[in-house]
Amino acid sequence: MNDSNGQIAAAIAQATTPDTDTRLELYRSMQACRMMEQRAYDLFMQNLIKGTSHLALGQEAVAAGFGAAMRKDDYSFCTYRGHNHTLVRGVSMTGILGELMGRECGLLSGKGGSMHLMSMEHGVLGSYAIIGAHMPIAAGAAWSAQYRKSGQVAVCFFGDGTTNIGAFHESLNFAAIWSLPVVYVCENNLYMEYTPISQVTAVENPAADRASAHGLEPVLIDGNDVDLVFATANAALDKARSGGGPSLIEVQTYRHGGHSRADPGKYRPDEEVAAWMKRDPVVTYRQRLLDAGIDAASLDAIDAEVTARVDKAEETARNSAPPSLDIAETDLWADGSSSWRN
Amino acid sequence: MAQLSYREAVSAAIAQEMRRDDNVVFIGEDIAAAGGVFKTTEGLLDEFGPIRVRDTPISEQAILGATMGAAMTGLRPIAEIMFSDFFAVCWDIVVNQIAKTRFMSDGQCTFPLVIRSANGGGARFGAQHSQSIENWAMAVPGLKVVAPSSAADVKGLLAAAIRDPDPVLFFEQKSLYGTKCDVPEGEHVVPLGKANVLREGSDVTIVALAAMVPRAMKAAETLQQEHGISATVIDVRSLVPLDTTTIFKSVSKTGRLVTVEENPRLCGWGAEISSLVAEELFWDLEGPIVRVTTPHCPLPSADALEDAVMPSAERIVANVLKLAD
Repeated sequence: MNDSNGQIAAAIAQATTPDTDTRLELYRSMQACRMMEQRAYDLFMQNLIKGTSHLALGQEAVAAGFGAAMRKDDYSFCTYRGHNHTLVRGVSMTGILGELMGRECGLLSGKGGSMHLMSMEHGVLGSYAIIGAHMPIAAGAAWSAQYRKSGQVAVCFFGDGTTNIGAFHESLNFAAIWSLPVVYVCENNLYMEYTPISQVTAVENPAADRASAHGLEPVLIDGNDVDLVFATANAALDKARSGGGPSLIEVQTYRHGGHSRADPGKYRPDEEVAAWMKRDPVVTYRQRLLDAGIDAASLDAIDAEVTARVDKAEETARNSAPPSLDIAETDLWADGSSSWRN
Repeated sequence: MAQLSYREAVSAAIAQEMRRDDNVVFIGEDIAAAGGVFKTTEGLLDEFGPIRVRDTPISEQAILGATMGAAMTGLRPIAEIMFSDFFAVCWDIVVNQIAKTRFMSDGQCTFPLVIRSANGGGARFGAQHSQSIENWAMAVPGLKVVAPSSAADVKGLLAAAIRDPDPVLFFEQKSLYGTKCDVPEGEHVVPLGKANVLREGSDVTIVALAAMVPRAMKAAETLQQEHGISATVIDVRSLVPLDTTTIFKSVSKTGRLVTVEENPRLCGWGAEISSLVAEELFWDLEGPIVRVTTPHCPLPSADALEDAVMPSAERIVANVLKLAD
C-alpha cells in the first residue's frame, strides 16, 4: 500500500522544458486568470459585484499548470476560490464575470454566485464553499471513472486549511484503498483564512507531511513555477490514468490579497508580502520566457489579447439583465420544478 | 406473492434494480461481506461481486461524498448509513452538497442516488442509535424522504427510489425488520408520493408513517371494536413528495385529523400536515387537529422507558377518544 517510492518525483525530474507553444499558452492562461480577477476586484469596488468573493491573485500558476495538463474530459473540483480553476478549463469569462455580478449571462444564471462556479460541459464539477466537502465528491467522480473504465481523472484543488478537517483524511484513505484516479492539490498559501497555517497545524507541510499516513508519496513543489506545476500535473495525471491511484500534491504559493473581499490581509508581515511579490508567478514567468529568447512583442500581444477579452467580458456582463425572477424556484428537482406536494 | 420480511425486502429491491441497470452500485460499512449489520443486504455481494457491492471504511463523509460524485457522473449509487443517527457526521454532504448542487448549478446536473438508513426506535439502542430523523431531512429543500411501513413497500418504494432521478433518503424503521407480509415476486415498483389508504372509515383520519402505521392500524381496530369509532388509516409513505391530495380527501370526509409521528414533537412532519389542513381545509374540520408524537426528548434505552415514550396504539386510541368527546 505504501507508495512513497518517489514515482512522481522521478517523473518531475525527467520532465523536459515545455515547448514554446505550450509555454505561451501557460503564460496566456495565467494572464487571463490575473486580469479577470483584477477586473473582478475593480467591479467589487464599483459595487457591481455584491456579497463576497475570494480571489486567487498570486496563485495563478496552479490553475494554469493543471488546466494545461488535464484532458478535456477530466474532472475539476474547485473551492470557493475557484474562478481561475474554472476559467482554465475553457469556461467563458463572460459567464464567470456575469455570475459574479448576478446577471442573466452568468454561468449559473445567478443561482450559484462566486463561490459555486460549475460547468459540467467543461468538466468543472463544481466549486464548493464548505471546506473539504468536495474531496470525497472528487473521489466519487474518480470511482465512477474507474467503474466506467473511462480513463478520466478527477483533480481536486483545496487550501492548506482543508488539511485539518476530517473530510481530508477520510478522502485520502478512501481514494488510496480503492486506488482511485484522483489528484488532490493542496494550495498552501500560508494562511488558513486569517490565521497562519503553521500556528494551527502539527506538521510543517500541512499536506505533504500527512501523505505517508495514507500510503501516498509526499510531493512538495513551488506552486509559483508554472513549468514545474505543469510537469507535476502531468506526472500525477499519468499515474492516475495508468491505474496508479491517487496523488497528493502540495504546492507552495501565496495570495496577494486577503482571504476574501472583507479582508485587507493586514495580519501578514510586510517583509513576507514583499518577498512573495518578488515571486509573482506571472511576472517571473514573463521574465523566464524573455530569458529563453521569446520576444517581448509576442508576450505583449498576448497581454493585449487578454485585456481585450476581459474588456469584452465585462461589457457583456454589464449589459446583461438581472436574471428572470421566473428561475428563483426552478431546478430543485430533475423535472425542473421545486414542487414538494401534489 | 411470497412472504418476505422487511429485512429481506431490502436486498430483494436492490437485487431487482441491480439486475436491471449496470449503473446501480452499492456501498457502505459492512454491507458486502458481512451482509449488513441488520442482515438487510445478504446475498448481494455473491450475486453482483465486489466491484458493484463494496465495503467502505467508517467514513460517512467519504461514503456520501463518493456517492454524490458518482451520481453526477453517470452512476446510480446506493449508499448505506448504518444508523440514521450517523447522518449527523455527514450532514454537510447531504444538506449543503447533495441537496443544493442541482439548484445552484442552474440545473446542469442531477443526483440519482439513494441513501438507505436504519431509522427509529423500539430496539432498545439508546439515544444515539434510535432517532427518527425524517423531520431533519424533510426540512431541507432538495431531498426526497421515504419511510416504508411494510416489506411490500420496502421493495416497491426502494425500487422507485433507485430509479428516481433525484436524491432520496430512504428510512427503514429498524424495529420493523423482522415483520413479514406478502410481497410481489416479480418486478415491483411503488411510485413515490402516493400515500396508501390502508383502511377506510368515516369518523376520523389517522395519518402515520413507518413503525407508527401498524400501531395506528391496531388502534383503529380497537376504536372500531370497543368504541364504535370508524377510522381511516393513511400510510404517508413519503414525506417529500407529500401526497396531500389523498390526506385532504379523507379529512374532508371525516372532519377529524390525528397524525402519529415517531419523531420528537417540535417541527415534526405532522405539524406540516396539520398546518396545511388548517390553512386549506379549515372549514371541513369538526374538531381540533391532534398530533401524537414522541416527547421532545431523547429516547431512553430501557425497554420500559422507551415503550412509555414512543406513541403506542393505546395512546393513539386515547387521543382519538379525547377528540370524540
